[in-house]
Amino acid sequence: MPYKWFDRNLKWIYVLPAVAFVLIMMLFPILYTVRISFFEWSMSAITPPKWVGLDNYLSLLRDERFWRATRSTLYFTVVALVIEVVLGVAIAVLLSREFRGKNLVKTVFLLPMVATPVAMGLVWLLIYEPTIGAANLLLESIGLKPLLWLASPVQAIPSLIVVDVWQWTPMIALIVMAGLATIPSEPYEAADVDGAGRWRKFTAITLPLLKPTILVAAMLRLIDVLKTFDIIYATTQGGPNLATETLNIYGYVLGFQYFKLGTASALLVLFFALVMGLTLLLVWLRKRVEGQYD
Amino acid sequence: MDRKSKRWLSAGTAVVLAATLMAGCGGNDKNGGAASPADKGPGGGAAADKPFAGKSISLVTANHPWADAIKPLLPEFEAATGMKVNVEGYFEDQLTQKLTVQFTAGSETPDVFMYRPLQEGKLFFKNGWLQPLDEYVNKDADYDFADLSKSAVGTATVDGKLAGIPIITEQEILYYRKDLLEAAGIAVPKTIDELVAAAQKLHDPGKGMYGFVARGQRSPLVTQVSSFLYSEGGDFMNGDRATINTPEAIKAFTTYGKLLKDYGPPGVLNMSWPQAFGIFGQGKVAFLTDANSLYKNATDAEKSQVADKVGFAPFPAGAAGSKPYNITSWGLAVNAKSRDKEAAWAFIQWATSKEIVLKTQEKGNPGARASVWDNPQGTTGFPAELVEVIKMSVKGGVDHDRPTVINVGEARDAVGEIVQKIITGEANIQPVADKANEALQGVIDLDKNK
Repeated sequence: MPYKWFDRNLKWIYVLPAVAFVLIMMLFPILYTVRISFFEWSMSAITPPKWVGLDNYLSLLRDERFWRATRSTLYFTVVALVIEVVLGVAIAVLLSREFRGKNLVKTVFLLPMVATPVAMGLVWLLIYEPTIGAANLLLESIGLKPLLWLASPVQAIPSLIVVDVWQWTPMIALIVMAGLATIPSEPYEAADVDGAGRWRKFTAITLPLLKPTILVAAMLRLIDVLKTFDIIYATTQGGPNLATETLNIYGYVLGFQYFKLGTASALLVLFFALVMGLTLLLVWLRKRVEGQYD
Repeated sequence: MDRKSKRWLSAGTAVVLAATLMAGCGGNDKNGGAASPADKGPGGGAAADKPFAGKSISLVTANHPWADAIKPLLPEFEAATGMKVNVEGYFEDQLTQKLTVQFTAGSETPDVFMYRPLQEGKLFFKNGWLQPLDEYVNKDADYDFADLSKSAVGTATVDGKLAGIPIITEQEILYYRKDLLEAAGIAVPKTIDELVAAAQKLHDPGKGMYGFVARGQRSPLVTQVSSFLYSEGGDFMNGDRATINTPEAIKAFTTYGKLLKDYGPPGVLNMSWPQAFGIFGQGKVAFLTDANSLYKNATDAEKSQVADKVGFAPFPAGAAGSKPYNITSWGLAVNAKSRDKEAAWAFIQWATSKEIVLKTQEKGNPGARASVWDNPQGTTGFPAELVEVIKMSVKGGVDHDRPTVINVGEARDAVGEIVQKIITGEANIQPVADKANEALQGVIDLDKNK
């Protein structure tokens, strides 16, 4: 008898583990965070959480530091993403040609991506050290003035962008290379017949056909750049003077250094909305792009 | 797929699911896999001399020289008591985070852990996570609780209750380069003014030499600027009032900030103690102020190129004399939810006994026991010159090195901002200090309701 029941419901039973995982490990924490964001709570075992309604959200919206973190997050994200996409596409196109040692070059390009971010953060911290670091040695050896890098409130975010670009451009390149492999050869042959040059072929054939792929790569990367925590925390912890404090870092500080769990949760809910909003924007953009070829 | 094998598949799935469910339930009965006792067979049957035979406790430590010193001694303790001690170590930040998460979840482990009384003590205690130890310390007269330094015990006391037992004490001192001072004919600075003058003289960035270095990162710098603050006659708060915008405070912060700005190496804004000691150890700086407990970073030939040229001096005097902090930086505490508090206490009693403190102190961990400091053997772990400086520093010391509030993190950031603004060249510092003072006052006011 039970066999029959299982038999009928087999399709449900097979997806059950995945559904359970999503519910317990993803949906529950999100809902719980939303709930805590309406309370004031320092994790005490004695004083229970206190309902404060929207106070946590209101105090954040009035908090200079929150807006500063939002600006830093967007600045870091937009600049890093644009550079990574441009460089990633360029590298993918270069690597899609045949040349000797291609596989070796490909492998080397992918190395930064597979390295542990915190360890890489510490390595870059040494490279950026103003007195004994390699970055300034390099600048001085070509006759330029040394920089303060991470220790300067102005240069800190650009320095971190360099690290992010170094580490994650390969991911864009990887996805775009996969996209390049799917482009048929006929349009190029037709272009050859029409006498189109290399640049024209790139802008008129390669790029348009790659657009959906690039947008997917950009979207995946966007979500990750927005959430960047490891390299920032390992190098500056949000300093100097809050210059590199992104929303994620501020959330961590509120939660684990100030022990304001309610405010931290409210911040994360707002952050979640921001990530969601930007992602939906890209999805919409992608639909429009794909629609052009329907 | 034919009918028969499909049926088998269904049956198999049912069995697997059922088994998983049962395994899941079984797992919940235990208190977390990682912390469950690892002992396969309790050592020995002689229960009389081994009061804790078959029991085990979990100990969480920071990655600190004290932990390295205590680990080799554990087998002895385990053999004597029959108890098994499971040790885990974490970096400072991760330690706080791990403890916070575990206690919030009501975990019974770790039983015993290292904590920073001034950083987390108040919060942990008021959250009900720490077991008050008052009734334990006087159980055994041989333990001699009165032998522990008063100011160290004061640091570990919250609301009149003993929240933990001090294991590491520290004071702020002045590190200097003997060879450089000698070559320039400069005497070891006794006052802050002399320090500024000497730093200026030895500062020669063109040759890669800098006058002074100390922590410049927002939160880490606060503890090290505190001795400047006290020595100029100020403090972070006076009763319930924040006092970081007073003339004394501004003078102290300005001195510290300007020393770093004018005579410091590039990049001080992103320096905590590892970077500060790092560049001092590279032989590029003449003076450094930081905790004495970190001295090995300057005198260990593996970490420092100037290991044999480092001198120690008491913290230089300001308008109010030389007033360095003299605090407990690390203590041991018992989890309020620990299943076996007797065993947890037995471990702490052993680890902070005269005999063991002598052994850990011999390895360079400054402890809190007066008798060990008086014992000539107790100071063999330190350079003779440093011992003199420590003995002097303990006398005039202040028992805190940061604002003593529940939300230490936010309070530290308020103070740190003033100093960082000075380092970045902000000329008009009073408005910055007034604003920071307001922020600190907000943190203090919140404490009153708790």
